[in-house]
Amino acid sequence: MKAAAVLVGIALALALQTTVARFVVGGTTAVDLVLVAVVYVALTTGPVSGMISGSVAGLIQDALSSGEVIGIGGLSKAIVGFLVGVIGQQFIVTATLPRLVMLVAATALHGALFMGLYVALGLRTFSSPWQAIAGQVLGNAIVGIIAFTLIEAMPGVIERRRAGRRVR
Amino acid sequence: MAVLDIRQRTGWLFFVVMVAHIILISAQVNTRRGVPLLEAVVFGAFAEVQRATTSVVTGVQDGWNNYFALQQIRRENQQLTREVTEMRVALQQERALANQTRVLQQLLNLRTTLPLSTTAGSVTESTVIGGGPSPAFRTITIDKGSHDGIRQDMAVIAPAGVVGRVVMPSGRAAKVQLLIDSNAAAGAMVERTRAQGVVVGTGTERLLMDYVPSSADLKPGDQVVTSGIDGIYPKGLVIGQIESVLGGTGDSRKIVIKPAVDFSSLEAVLVVLAAPLAAPSDTGPRGAGVQTDAASKRQPQRDAATGTAPEAGESGADDR
Repeated sequence: MKAAAVLVGIALALALQTTVARFVVGGTTAVDLVLVAVVYVALTTGPVSGMISGSVAGLIQDALSSGEVIGIGGLSKAIVGFLVGVIGQQFIVTATLPRLVMLVAATALHGALFMGLYVALGLRTFSSPWQAIAGQVLGNAIVGIIAFTLIEAMPGVIERRRAGRRVR
Repeated sequence: MAVLDIRQRTGWLFFVVMVAHIILISAQVNTRRGVPLLEAVVFGAFAEVQRATTSVVTGVQDGWNNYFALQQIRRENQQLTREVTEMRVALQQERALANQTRVLQQLLNLRTTLPLSTTAGSVTESTVIGGGPSPAFRTITIDKGSHDGIRQDMAVIAPAGVVGRVVMPSGRAAKVQLLIDSNAAAGAMVERTRAQGVVVGTGTERLLMDYVPSSADLKPGDQVVTSGIDGIYPKGLVIGQIESVLGGTGDSRKIVIKPAVDFSSLEAVLVVLAAPLAAPSDTGPRGAGVQTDAASKRQPQRDAATGTAPEAGESGADDR
């Protein structure tokens, strides 16, 4: 059940990333919804699930991106998912601020790994990598906090709506 | 979730996932030389495995060849050592045979060119069968004697020049007094200037030419030959070369001569069976081909050379 939910969440994030996110942020890739989903999965389920989900999501994302080397995104997200899962098990990161910090750190690490691997392998150059990373950090942090809040509020809202219908 | 089963091995799983991603990336990325990174990495890693395997195999092979297979090598070494020894012996025999052949060839050449009746000491073995028993007397023994026509005072020569004279023939051997013996002498002259004198032995490896006129033109390197006036040695045989000219007393002087013959390595010699019939002149060797009793017609060479009468008690030209 949990695995299915993770898969659905990843698929939804990929769908949103490839459709909605591009229009929302003016055609740039400042928000990585897939990474936000991976961070959430890692925080809630642990390092292994975070790593697996990051690996799968990154590979799919690489495969869907034309011209990308399949595996670099998967590797980056797998590492991020694993580390976030480890930290999530060691520390209490249920409050908003710790999650914000986690989102910032995870996005920065992912950007560094993703761009660093491309540069290290001589496959691509980035004109202003630090700006791009900063933009992703900001976008993911905002979107992530909102998404986490909505996701965790969703079961309570549904329950309250069901209870209201029964009272009527 | 399927991953729950391996949650206890998080580190291994992380490692596997990382390696899988790296392999996946490497399969798509080329190196700067255009070779796929995965291929390059795999080849590089496998090359190291091959290198290590080869090193191990080579080490084992070397160990086998250098230690365990040494028994065979040892047998081969012994066999080869035996063969080398046998070949060295054979080589020495061949060298000796070649040397003997060379000496005999020289003797044969001398015998054919020399207008004298001679006999080779031996055609099958070394002529010289012994040396002198005492260092004070420089003599040799040859394997031909009176049965072969050898008589006392016959001249003995070698391809290089004069060797000496027969002093005591026996039936099948003869004792030869070398020219370097301190009791030996021969009439001689300088080939270039025809200046005459008497060559005497000194007991060493050098000869001394005495009674040479002070006015004679002499130079080191001039060849000294027999003059033939002693009645023993035919005229014109090479004695040696002037090494140095010494001072003398009165009207004569002495000359040191280096013998043409190497007396230390005599192997075969020729005995001149003929002797000059009469007093020699400067017209060349005489008595060639005439076998006579040279001893009975011999004149004391020193007297002939110096023009003085022989001293009492001298039995021959060379007995001084």
